[in-house]
Amino acid sequence: MKHLLSTADLDAATATEILDIATEMASVSGREIKKLPTLRGRTVVNLFYEDSTRTRISFEAAAKRLSADVINFSAKGSSVEKGESLKDTAWTLQAMGADAVVIRHPASGAPHRLANWVSGSVLNAGDGTHEHPTQALLDAYTIRSRMGRIDGLHVAIVGDVLHSRVARSNVLLLNTLGAKVTLVGPPTLVPTDLNASVQVAYDLDAVLPQADVVMMLRVQRERMTDSYFPSAREYSRRYGLDGARLRRMPAHAIVMHPGPMNRGMEITPEVADSPRSTIVEQVTNGVSVRMACLYLLLGGAR
Amino acid sequence: MPDILIRNARVLGGEPTDLLLRDGVIAEIGAGLAADGAEVVDGTGLVALPGLVDLHTHLREPGREDAETVYTGSRAAALGGYTAVCAMANTSPVADTAGVVEQVYRLGQEAGLVDVQPIGAVTVGLAGERLAELGAMADSAARVRVFSDDGFCVADPRLMRRALEYVKAFDGVIAQHAEEPRLTQGAQMHEGDVSARLGLTGWPAVAEESIIARDVLLAGHVGARLHVCHVSTAGSVEIIRMAKARGVRVTAEVTPHHLLLTHEKAESYDPVYKVNPPLRTDADVEALREGLRDGTIDIVATDHAPHAAEDKECEWAYARPGMLGLETALPIVLDVLGDDWELIAERMSYAPARIAGLDGHGNAIVAGAPANLTLVDPTVRWSVDPTGLASLSHNTPYAGMTVPGRIVATFLRGVPTVLDGKVQK
Repeated sequence: MKHLLSTADLDAATATEILDIATEMASVSGREIKKLPTLRGRTVVNLFYEDSTRTRISFEAAAKRLSADVINFSAKGSSVEKGESLKDTAWTLQAMGADAVVIRHPASGAPHRLANWVSGSVLNAGDGTHEHPTQALLDAYTIRSRMGRIDGLHVAIVGDVLHSRVARSNVLLLNTLGAKVTLVGPPTLVPTDLNASVQVAYDLDAVLPQADVVMMLRVQRERMTDSYFPSAREYSRRYGLDGARLRRMPAHAIVMHPGPMNRGMEITPEVADSPRSTIVEQVTNGVSVRMACLYLLLGGAR
Repeated sequence: MPDILIRNARVLGGEPTDLLLRDGVIAEIGAGLAADGAEVVDGTGLVALPGLVDLHTHLREPGREDAETVYTGSRAAALGGYTAVCAMANTSPVADTAGVVEQVYRLGQEAGLVDVQPIGAVTVGLAGERLAELGAMADSAARVRVFSDDGFCVADPRLMRRALEYVKAFDGVIAQHAEEPRLTQGAQMHEGDVSARLGLTGWPAVAEESIIARDVLLAGHVGARLHVCHVSTAGSVEIIRMAKARGVRVTAEVTPHHLLLTHEKAESYDPVYKVNPPLRTDADVEALREGLRDGTIDIVATDHAPHAAEDKECEWAYARPGMLGLETALPIVLDVLGDDWELIAERMSYAPARIAGLDGHGNAIVAGAPANLTLVDPTVRWSVDPTGLASLSHNTPYAGMTVPGRIVATFLRGVPTVLDGKVQK
């Protein structure tokens, strides 16, 4: 595996291998000295065109725990603000000898373009409304560690699927790993032709009793002004996860959210902070999963 | 200027014959014509077509001379077998005054490779707010008859109605870029399963179809001529077919790329495939081909849209839409329609010349007609090399593709602009 651009590039064996390696990495994070020498002397560049402290820190921690040198390149206050193109930035990173570039970018497909212009590995850390593969992998990891398996589970992904890179990556990966996926949200925010093997539903209450995993997506308030839905209040009434809805879910079912949450919009504090919620675990698992990805791409397991 | 004697060419694929070009016209046609000091061009194995006419070309001058100039675009056109091109108005400054259209017209004359017929903007600055001085452009040296805000839709129905009506005074035609702007805000590619998967904002077919439906009704209501630019969907073909059956004076064009390529091309995220309207589905391509064959779609127009490297070598969303077309149009049409030369002459020469009111072009190849011709070798297949094209820009979607049909020679009023596949200026 050279790049990680989309979860579509992962077959079940590779995805499972990443999750297995992540399990080993998690044990490192539990040690007193949380460091492996694996990527000593390798350079990982975090190229962030969007502010995302959470994802950047997670990648930075992952790379540092593998002893890689980390360069953080944020578009703000850099050559990018002076009008430098992605291609020229790519050449600069190339000239500096970047072994891997972790890119977060507001334009869908930017990592695919970048992969044409650098010789190192490219890791997609979220591109526009396209994909966020490491988020899907950490979600899969979280599901597996909570539920013991992924195959055969029913996962409901709820909210603004249309604009969600998290949803796209999850749909592909969960399918590959044998889960059944139902997309839930208002028709304006759920594309019906995203993937032939997923179900689409508009009634959250009908789906909840059958779900093993309920994955809530962040809904941006701006969508309101674009008439995707009439008001935040109506949205939460129809698609927000509150205590009453949590109690409609099977007793074993878990609640996930990629963060950052809009408390009171798509999820209530009661649900977010309940033991059924995996939200904090997801953040913890993110570091292990990203270590596994960097290890696979750079450490050369293959 | 010496006379030209073309030996053994097959006019529209017919029996080999000789053609003598003298004083800008076809003086004689027949077997075994005497050379009489004329320069002889061997047409053996070549098909003679009337010089092609492009109703939709972006030459980028004035304003983006780094992407194309009237001269470089004229070279590309001649090499593509064209003797006339209509230059779109979305230059900088916009061709919305007599001054700008005359400038473009003059640059075309100076280049001298094809007749460059400027198209005038419908609205001032393409802003869609008030009419440009259409009459002044019509009365200018450029004799503008086609008006278009191409790149933008004349979205305001009242303004569109007025434009359609107003140009009747000088037999003008409004060429509409049919795109409902509210339905395509931020749109990046055809709205469908591929856009859903790629996370690129969709450009729904209905945004084109709803404007065409409105405009054919408006054109019918005021009894005016309407031309629809770059039709791209099956639904649009259906609406135009219906309008024609009702007697509306509507004509329509399709581009070579919409006859061949589909939205799956976007999967590479390579903006060389980004174009407006976007590449659509197989079903749309089929409907466009059928519409072109049965005459619902009157012409093939290139929408030749050169872009500088930096406007294409970037993220998809930041890239400018458009692709090169002039040098590959005939090969792509040959590939799609087969060698039905009568049909090709109608769709790529006669009909576009009629729509644009270019009397000197699009004439049948008969004695006495203006000597605007192109000679094609249909047996040659060639591989498209972006850097080998005459255009200043390299944004062809056909790079590396093998296409049929090489343009061997082109004549503008009896003067060779291309000989042996090489442009003469």
